[in-house]
Amino acid sequence: MALLPDQPLQIAPGFRLQWEAAQNRHVLLYPEGLVELNHSSAEILQCCDGLRNFAAIVTELEQKFNAEGLAPDIETFLNVALNNGWIKHP
Amino acid sequence: MVGLNTPEITPPRWLLAELTYACPLQCPYCSNPVDYAKLGTELGTEDWFRVLSEARAMGAVQLGLSGGEPLARQDLVEIVGHARGLGYYSNLITSGYGLTETKIEALKQAGLDHIQVSIQASSQELNDYLAGTQSFTAKKEVARLVKKHRYPMVLCVVIHRENIHQMRDILEMAEDLGADYLELANTQYYGWAHQNMEQLLPSREQFEHAERIAQDFKEKVKGKMKIYYVVPDYYEDRPKACMNGWGTTFLTIAPDGVALPCHSARILPGLDLPNVREHSIEAIWRDSKAFNFFRGFDWMPEPCRSCDEKQKDFGGCRCQAYLLTQDMYKTDPVCGKSNDRGLVDAILQQANQPRLEEKPLLFRNSKNSKLLS
Repeated sequence: MALLPDQPLQIAPGFRLQWEAAQNRHVLLYPEGLVELNHSSAEILQCCDGLRNFAAIVTELEQKFNAEGLAPDIETFLNVALNNGWIKHP
Repeated sequence: MVGLNTPEITPPRWLLAELTYACPLQCPYCSNPVDYAKLGTELGTEDWFRVLSEARAMGAVQLGLSGGEPLARQDLVEIVGHARGLGYYSNLITSGYGLTETKIEALKQAGLDHIQVSIQASSQELNDYLAGTQSFTAKKEVARLVKKHRYPMVLCVVIHRENIHQMRDILEMAEDLGADYLELANTQYYGWAHQNMEQLLPSREQFEHAERIAQDFKEKVKGKMKIYYVVPDYYEDRPKACMNGWGTTFLTIAPDGVALPCHSARILPGLDLPNVREHSIEAIWRDSKAFNFFRGFDWMPEPCRSCDEKQKDFGGCRCQAYLLTQDMYKTDPVCGKSNDRGLVDAILQQANQPRLEEKPLLFRNSKNSKLLS
């Protein structure tokens, strides 16, 4: 599935994003599997709340980290996440 | 100098809770120990609560509720509820036999995340023969209910010589049932499967034909159904990275409370396997002889020791080395670099020859288990 920039994104049904204190990182849990996330991947996935679309996610993260030009990296990651079925357009 | 080469101990991430050896099915490839009938009494509810809590505190987050048939435990819903409260992602690994809609609802309410249903074949006749129980119709109904109650559905089919010719039908059945994931698990030869290896191991031609069908189907259902294809490692040239490395990721607790670095490690001699009735999970994971036995790389003989692939496959599977060579330290004989690869090739040669007469399957049940104890 390709990224539809206007459509909101959400964590796919059956998946759970969760903070793991023992590992000091977020993990994404799904049937019989888990992905151990780095900091930036976890920040992006936390924005996939079923309300925000691509542009809103970029704005949110650029504000939060006081940065510019994050769009290409965010887009790349969102496409990876969509292709892996971690997130979807509702 | 003590501790100089001690590998860093990573926290367990996976807990496999084998709640019981009781099972209404008799699958001849069951991974349970062949002598399960002589093993001790099952842990109680409070024991499991403590095991779950202690493992969670160490970092375990994926929980497999397995068996035997976990539905045979009367306290399954309570255990699921406790697991959810602790923040586990819980997976019920079941034959589906005896799973009613009321139970499915109760498990959902308790916080179960996912149900994996196993089916033995794509036809009623073969399914019921392999399971040793009339269960095909009930299993398909359970698969439907799992979907109805919005669980992600993993359908698991163990593949072997008796059902490999049904590959196309199995794939279509999974699609019809609306499986989100299909696990095509080529039989791994441990436990009961090892007893029945001659009858279960497919020929190379059968295996390659089935694999082609599965790979083509994968493309067809891309984005709709994920297919996990567990390769039959005898037909590979390199061993599997068993358990992602000994004592790095996986913790199995057997019904009698024995803690295992992998679910078949009970067959290995001299590990002094600890029991959760006597030790905490932390002591077991960090300090026990068993969990440190094959940690890291110091235990390895050649050709593993100097091999540039040892970080990738950790020397393969200790149980497989033991079952095939009677020496658990040896390189997994599946490996093309192993001096014992000839043992695997001899097994394959036999599998590739035409059969004059079929040996009967040894079914997994208490009667046969007592004979093997």
